Amino acid sequence: MVSVCLYFQVHQPYRIRNFTVFDIGNRAGYFDDEKNTTILKRVASKCYLPSNKVILELLDTHPEFKASFSLSGTVLEQLEKNAPEALDSFKELAKTGRVELLDETYYHSLAFIYSKKEFQDQVKMHSSKIRKMFGKTPTVFRNTELIYNNEIANFVEKMGYKGVIAEGADHILGWRSPNFLYRPKTAANGMKLLLKNYKLSDDVAFRFSERSWSEWPLTADKFASWVSAINGNGVCANLFMDYETFGEHQWEETGIFNFLRHMPGEILKHPDNDFRTPGELVGLHEPVGEMDIHNLISWADIERDLSAWLGNSMQHAAIRELYGMEQEIKESGDQDLLEEWRRLQTSDHFYYMCTKWFSDGDVHKYFNPYDSPYDAFISYMNIINDLKIRLKTKKI
Amino acid sequence: MFGWEFPPNNTGGLGTACYGLTKALSRLGIEITLVLPTAENVCPDFLKVRGTNMKVRKIVSSLTPYMSPSQYSTVYHSKNQLYGRTLIDEVMRYSEAAESIALEEDFDVIHCHDWLTYEAGIRAKMLTGKPLIAHVHATEFDRTGGLSVNQLVYDVERRGMEHADAIIAVSNYTKNKIIQHYGITPEKIIVVHNAVDKESSVQNLNFALKNHSKIVLFLGRVTLQKGPDYFLYAARKVLDVENNTKFVMAGTGDMEPYIIGKAIEMGMHDKVIFTGFLKGEQIDMIYRMADVYVMPSVSEPFGITALEAIKNGTPIIISKNSGVSEIVTHCLKVDFWDINQLANKIVGVLRYKELPEMMSQNAGKELTRITWENSAVKCARLYNDLLKKTEVRAW
Repeated sequence: MVSVCLYFQVHQPYRIRNFTVFDIGNRAGYFDDEKNTTILKRVASKCYLPSNKVILELLDTHPEFKASFSLSGTVLEQLEKNAPEALDSFKELAKTGRVELLDETYYHSLAFIYSKKEFQDQVKMHSSKIRKMFGKTPTVFRNTELIYNNEIANFVEKMGYKGVIAEGADHILGWRSPNFLYRPKTAANGMKLLLKNYKLSDDVAFRFSERSWSEWPLTADKFASWVSAINGNGVCANLFMDYETFGEHQWEETGIFNFLRHMPGEILKHPDNDFRTPGELVGLHEPVGEMDIHNLISWADIERDLSAWLGNSMQHAAIRELYGMEQEIKESGDQDLLEEWRRLQTSDHFYYMCTKWFSDGDVHKYFNPYDSPYDAFISYMNIINDLKIRLKTKKI
Repeated sequence: MFGWEFPPNNTGGLGTACYGLTKALSRLGIEITLVLPTAENVCPDFLKVRGTNMKVRKIVSSLTPYMSPSQYSTVYHSKNQLYGRTLIDEVMRYSEAAESIALEEDFDVIHCHDWLTYEAGIRAKMLTGKPLIAHVHATEFDRTGGLSVNQLVYDVERRGMEHADAIIAVSNYTKNKIIQHYGITPEKIIVVHNAVDKESSVQNLNFALKNHSKIVLFLGRVTLQKGPDYFLYAARKVLDVENNTKFVMAGTGDMEPYIIGKAIEMGMHDKVIFTGFLKGEQIDMIYRMADVYVMPSVSEPFGITALEAIKNGTPIIISKNSGVSEIVTHCLKVDFWDINQLANKIVGVLRYKELPEMMSQNAGKELTRITWENSAVKCARLYNDLLKKTEVRAW
């Protein structure tokens, strides 16, 4: 039996505007409302609405079909404000009872690495937002960009989660397969670890429209046959990807929606296949082994590490400055200040400062509002300086 | 090859580019006879450059690479009557002298650099039937910023491009200008970006000025094309937030008196330092002294100075209207007229120390891929293509 487990990540940051040194101390806004609204509306109409429609159809057609989503707090707020019809369609999915929602940090942040307290606050914020909006309480946790190690597993287990999601990176798996459940080394109360099958996931998320790929074009029945091949060698096929894959990263013209529409039917043709959500998998299967992951891993780039966000000295300087203000911000009791400080924690801001692949021009450029990582850094640091001034005037 | 005086006798990027390219071509085993206009008091009119396949033939002339017809008339009146009465006359006189050299020398391809040498190239082509390449380092539209384009100069440029069998543009930016303003078909134009020699002439130096203030550098001809006025306006804005900053302007040009006056008028007499024309080691030193190099050009066909700054470990802020911005990514780019952004970026580099560190480190790595060898290989390929076409025609 192979259970296909679909989890889609839905996230949009509050992109910051071109904030110059001359804006410092002048009570200028940090976020580019116009750009954020435009991008959100575009993604809603090109991806969220049409994809949700397909998912809803699939739920109607196939009683066995299931899926799961993790929506960051920043995207939920923006949907509420600028694309309520898209938010409604997510609610409609949740109402079917066959769509599970996961928890994450509200601000899609790297907080765990810098402040456990802030991390915990944001996870709680997210959980209560989901409860309020969808009437569900998530039991499985996914950290920003699937950043994971033993310590994170231990921490979120203590917060009450039954399962946690991570990247099935080669260097942590070795000869082992991502198609089983594992026990984090630090788990004390039976929390389970689900690992992304990155080969199958990336076949859809990255390679689907790649004409130089030997398997192009990827059809639903071909993909289903790869999934069925897991039978006998695993219990699940964890297909985890950005939801923007559908309609944004892969344009409608590539046939991605047709693929999504037909893939579940093809998979269900095989009598040994079904669909499960992460929470169901955690309830159904026992771990086959222990995962001891000391260094932080993520689902990004070939390195599967944190170098996309924390790989150069600009990124380190910016994030150090940001978390260095935590105590003062919280003590100030100023809710606006706190909210803006939190919005600045979103991992995307640091991603825009990545110089790793910059000269080659690639996936890092997607949705990137800056000409260069250096421009991203200047705007960000100017904002940090403005925040400091606001804090200081607050104290007086 | 009809080229220009090499460093240190050059007055700008054209001489530097000719030098880098001819040296690299010569290393590829291509024999070059380089014809140069030269002032009468300089060396013999025929010499072989030791250790290279290069031979230099000089023609005594008052031509220098960045002359405009009006500037020439001043030169003419101060010099003897050997030279032509107007710049165009002098171009014609130079081209006649070039004709006799073309008849004496044995060569396969004619390669000429910028408009003052195009006529010489055309005549050499007519006399010998050899293919002609016009190498465009700048157009009249760049030099004048598109204002008051000189019709005579434009005509010479256009005639050169039309007679050429192929055109080399120093950037896509320039290629587009050639297509747009000179009506040349894109198929005839290939882009060969400039490069820079890798060794800096100076190493770890200590500069007293650096201990006291941050230094922002402008280096280039002080002419409309280079945007020195935008540099000044940005300087004023930077000083409003980072007062302990000096602005060094290195170079000379027709806007110099205006710029000096303007700096004083803007209250920056003790903040802006004018160095006059620098050459050789002084150039590498001034780059090293600077915390950031700014190239706010209105129109920059290439911009070798940006590469020179990187070579000396200095982060760069460059105009989007430049050829060099097509090949350097680890830098800050700016619209030359956007003084606010220019000042913002300068302050960013001065204030946040990680920024210049990352920029110079990454740009330095990027520079290793930008070599004169690559440029020379592209030129050599073009020579071969043209020769093949000529052979086919001869059949």
